[in-house]
Order: sequence, then structure tokens, then C-alpha cells
Amino acid sequence: MADVLGRWRLERLPSPSRLGAVLVPAASILLALVAGGLIVALAGQNPLAVYGAMLAGALGSRNGLAETLVKTTPLLLTGLGVAVAFRMRLWNIGGEGQFYLGAIVATWIALFGLPDAGGWALVPAMIAAGLLGGALWGLIPGALRAYLGANETIVTLMLNYVAILLADWLVHGPWKDPQAFGFPGTPRFSSAAALPALAPTRVHLGLLFGVTAAAVLWVLFRRTRWGYEIGVMGESDRAARYAGMPTRRTILLVMALSGALCGLAGMSEVAGIGQQLQRNLSPGYGYTAIIVAWVGRLHPGGIVVVAFVLAALLVGGDQIQMSMGLPAAIAPMLQGIVLFFLLGGELLTRYRLVRHPAPSDAAATGAGT
Amino acid sequence: MTITRRALVGSLSALALSGATVTVRGGLAATQEATPAGGGEPIKVAFIYVSPVGDLGWTWAHDQGRIALQEAMPNVETVFQESVPENPADAERVIRQFAEDGARIIFTTSFGYMDPTINVAESYPETVFVHISGFKTAANVGTGFGKIEEPRYVSGLIAGEMTESNQIGYVAAFPIPEVIRGINGFTLGVRETNPEATVRVVWTSTWFDPQKERQAAEALLDGGADVIAQHQDTPGPQQAAAARGAFGVGYNADMGTIAPDAVLTSPIWHWEVFYIDTVQKVLDGTWEPTQYWGGWQDGLVDLAPIGPMVPEDVRAMAEAEIDRFKSGEATIYTVFTGPINDQSGQERVPTGTAMTDEELLGMNWFVEGVEGEIPS
Repeated sequence: MADVLGRWRLERLPSPSRLGAVLVPAASILLALVAGGLIVALAGQNPLAVYGAMLAGALGSRNGLAETLVKTTPLLLTGLGVAVAFRMRLWNIGGEGQFYLGAIVATWIALFGLPDAGGWALVPAMIAAGLLGGALWGLIPGALRAYLGANETIVTLMLNYVAILLADWLVHGPWKDPQAFGFPGTPRFSSAAALPALAPTRVHLGLLFGVTAAAVLWVLFRRTRWGYEIGVMGESDRAARYAGMPTRRTILLVMALSGALCGLAGMSEVAGIGQQLQRNLSPGYGYTAIIVAWVGRLHPGGIVVVAFVLAALLVGGDQIQMSMGLPAAIAPMLQGIVLFFLLGGELLTRYRLVRHPAPSDAAATGAGT
Repeated sequence: MTITRRALVGSLSALALSGATVTVRGGLAATQEATPAGGGEPIKVAFIYVSPVGDLGWTWAHDQGRIALQEAMPNVETVFQESVPENPADAERVIRQFAEDGARIIFTTSFGYMDPTINVAESYPETVFVHISGFKTAANVGTGFGKIEEPRYVSGLIAGEMTESNQIGYVAAFPIPEVIRGINGFTLGVRETNPEATVRVVWTSTWFDPQKERQAAEALLDGGADVIAQHQDTPGPQQAAAARGAFGVGYNADMGTIAPDAVLTSPIWHWEVFYIDTVQKVLDGTWEPTQYWGGWQDGLVDLAPIGPMVPEDVRAMAEAEIDRFKSGEATIYTVFTGPINDQSGQERVPTGTAMTDEELLGMNWFVEGVEGEIPS
């Protein structure tokens, strides 16, 4: 690093400027659009036409906007979920597994726990099940970290595979729909298990869960002692202990809350969209959540915005092939470019490049040999 | 041999593609030629694919069908979306978007699109939906599939003759009836020419993952297999066989173009047969939400050219068999006529009895000679 930068050093800014916090992301997105436009132009299309089609696809019609909100829902809930842990510097990479566990437990309630219950009993029970399933899947690595010092990054990551394979096993095996000629997937839930949706679109109650969770977390982080403690413990475990903060208990609570929100995302996806558990329920929401959380700077409001923007990019990305005839792979490429520039810009709002005075020429050449 | 096969399919000149597979790849050129010409109101036909059109496999075969449709019917404008995940959120969104954009007919070409197709179809009663490889229909939803087990059976006859270790590996995607039926059809062919041979199955749980498919094939080769068959969407398993000097049986496209020294032959699709027929019926107003299941005689399924490593007598035997299927003398029903035992040696289909469509479409057990398990 030192060799690459020479005498230039990255220095943390004493306090990030408020103006920069708005201007830099805006400039980052603009630059990303220019860079992405070059690729689109190389592929033989007019970048402005492609961006126009993407915008229209994501936001320009009732159906497009609705689908963007549908896509926002799991990204928002899982983004908030992992952000809770990240604020305490707990690296919960397990949002994907917690998502699946929430979906699995909610499915159990719908199919076996309370199959004949009415919507007023069933939906709340499924919500509780989703929260509990995710919380449990967060608590396992939380407890291993709190009591044994096990690295939660590795444990949460490995539990993802366990949860995904558990779902695979259930839909291929014991929960397989007997009417489906041996094809994987559970039977459809009863209509009472479906989350209310804004007909004729697919926007469902899960979106409200996400927005509510964001508001609650905002209050929690800003206005409560507990929220403050999480931040302190994240910054310095020793300082927190010195101040008498209950680190272990907080790790458990934070991992449970983090997992619960991801589990709620899984529950609202099975109950809001497909009304059945099947393979590939998530195209990697738990991983995209990590990007959502960081680009949103672990701030609930920021996460709402980023989840929506990313959802719009994903939904608008369909238009790249549907109406412009470009290869579908260009869509994720554009999304990658936007994220790359946003995260790069982030560095510039927090740090600045400083040129250090040369110590001496002899020392500089000496370092190289 | 190639000539007779093409002659069968007759007027569909676009089929000549089966010989020169790699030339038309990628999605770029594809939609741009979609300028409707000729009289009448142009109609839009949409295709939803599970993997990239350049996979030289399942999606590639469907896209060849789309291109042939486009060429055969100038009044048709085709559009498509590749790599659409099979989860309900994404699949349903893309299908819905095509319906919103005014597609008259929407072909959804992977099993996982079944419920999303049914869901969207409810909201767009004027649009015709055709789901490939599933079993659910509605007033405006039909299904289409092919009896690929017919060419798979003949490829099994060849593989049975070619194996020396009497162990054939089969890289398979998912334990669903479509794949199980294919393994069984192939194995019945293998055991016909070589009752000593067994077919060992490895599940990958993916349609499209070049590396995973290749690794599965390598594991089978390590275990002693010397012919690798596959129900996967990439030539990965065939490349693995080629790298070890083993033989292979491809799928979907003529994979001999990728691994010429290894590939004995490949069961392949001519989806244009179904696509052109379906679009014509919709235009004529005679379309019905049927469950189409086409065979070799219909031209929907076929066998790619047999590789030069196959000895003359085996080739002659296979070609005689191919002619029987093309004439309709042999069919999937003659392949699946008893006596057929299951893995445990117990008789499942009595002598002289043919399995019914329902039994075939829901097949969830392996025939004798298959090594592997169906998870339950």
C-alpha cells in the first residue's frame, strides 16, 4: 500500500462534511453512469436510450414501480438486519441462512402448525415464526461468539449452507407436494396464509414491515441507551467493558435481532410472493443485504434509500434485454459499476489524500530494496 | 445420415443449424433481426430462458427454435430474456413485464417457471402462455415437451457398446421425473446392448453450472466410468470426458463440436417444430391449451451426428434403430414396455405392457442397472 501510494497517505477526516455526504454519492452515481454508458456504447446501443428504458421499466409504470417495491422489501429487511450486527462490528454474513430459516419456520406454521387457522391468527403466527426462525439462526453464531469467542463471520457463513440445504431437503423430501408428480416444492399455502397485497400489483404487507423496522431501528440507534451501547461496543470492546456494559448479553441480543429481521424477510417472501416454499427462494438477498447496509452507511434511512435504488436497478435491468436486445449480463455489470463507484466515493467522504513531506531521498530508496 | 434426418424435418430449412452449432451465439444479433415484415398485424412472441443463450445447451436449443421461428414467420417479432432465476419473485416479474409489453404469446422454458406462469396468466386472459416441461394448464396456458427419451435410448445403445469398464457415469441436474425418465430411457438402451453395464448417477442440483457439472463428471471418471452422459445445460461433462480420453454422450446441442474426440452423439431438440406450430395455431385461432408431448416422429427430438470413433457395425445398428423411431415403429412406449425391473430387481412393468403417459410423466423410480438414489 505504502509503495503504491508513495508519499501520499489516506487520512481520516476529523468530521465528514455534511455537504460531502450528499455531493459525493451523487457524483459517484453520475460517474458510474458515464462508465456504464461506455460499455453500453461498446455493445452497440445508445446509453441514454438504455438508461431511459431502465428508468421507465423500474419507475415509469404502475407495474414497474410495484415490482420495484416488491424487490425492495427483502433487500430492505435483510439490509436492516445485517446492519444491526454491523453497528456492533459483528460480521453477520448469515443473512441468507436467517432468511431461509424464517421462511422455513413460517412455512411449517402455514402447512402443519395451524393449517386450518383463519388469516387473523395465521398471519401473525407466521410473522412470529419468521422472526423466531431467523433469531434462532442468528443466536447460534451469537452464542458461539459470546461464550467461546468463535469467529461469527465463519459461523454465520457456514450456517447459510446448512439453511439452504435444509430448505432443499424439505422441498425435495418430507414437505414435497404429493400432487406435484415428484417435482420439488411444498404445496401452496391456504389463501389465509397469504400476506395482504395491493391488488392488482404484488406489493404486499412485507414492505410495511420493512419501513416499520427502519423507523424502530432509527429510534433504537438514536434515542436509546442500548443503541448507544451497541456503537460503543463496536468501537472498542475494552472501553465498553470498562464502562460496565454487558457485552455478552448484547452480542446475543444483537445477533438475535439481526437474524430476526432477516427471518422476517424470508417469511414475507414466502407468504407475500409465492405462497409456497421452493428451491431458489432467494437469489442471494442475504448477501446483497451486506452491500445495502454498507452503502446505506448502516443508517436505517440510508438503507431504505439504497434498498429502493438497488431494487430499481435490478428491475430496470430487465429492460436491457427485453426492450434493447442487449445481453442480460450487462444489467448486473451496470449494478456492479454503480456499487463500485459508490463505495469508492464513500472513501473520499471519510478520508482525504494527504501528501507527506519527504523524509529524505536516502530513506525513500532504502525502503525499496 | 445427417441428410436423411434433415429430409425428415423437411421444409424447416433453419434446422440445418444442428450441424453448425457454434456459429450463432450470444443474444446481440438475435433480437435486432426482429423487424416484422409482410402483411397483417405483427405479433410479439416472448421467450423466457433460465440460462444464457450462449450455453450451448438447453437455452441455446430454445433460442435456435426462436430464431428459426423468426425466420419462418416474418410477421412475428420475437423478444427474450435470458438468465431469469427460477424464484417466484423474479420469474413472475419478467413474465408479467412481457405480458404488459403486449406479447401475444409467451413461452416460459424452464420447469421452475410453472407456478409463476400460471399466476401471471390469470391476470392476462388474452395472452397465450406456453410452459415447457411442466404439468399445469389453464384456459390460456398450455404446456409443451418432448420425448427426448427416444434419442436417449438410442444413445444408450451406442454407449453400451462403447464402454469397456462397463461403468457409465450420468451427470444429472435434479431428481425430478423429467430427468429420472431420461436416465431410465438411456439405461434401458445401455442394458439392451450390454446387460453387464451399469449407469451411475450424480446429482448436481443445478441446470447450469459449468464447473460443478465438470467436477461431477470427473468424480464419475475417478470412480471408473469411461462414458459420461448428462442431463445438464453445458458441455462441461463432455469436456471432462475428453480431458481423460473417455467417451461421452452430450445433450441439447451437438456437443461433438466442442469435444469431437469424446462425444459419441447427443440427444438434441428441434424446438422450432413446436414453436412454429403453436404460433400458427394462435394466428389461425385454433390454439387450445393442450399438453403437447412431441416425439422423434414429429421431428421435435433427434440425435446429433454419431462420432467417427463409433465402429461401423455399431453405427449401422444405431441408424437402423433411428429409422424405426422416425417411422414411428419404435416410440417412447416401446422403450418403456415390460418386462422392466426397478433397482431392487422387482418387476415394475409386466411383460408386454407399455407404461402410460401418466406413469411416464410422474416417474419417480430407477430401472435396474442404475446406481444412485432418488432423494425422498
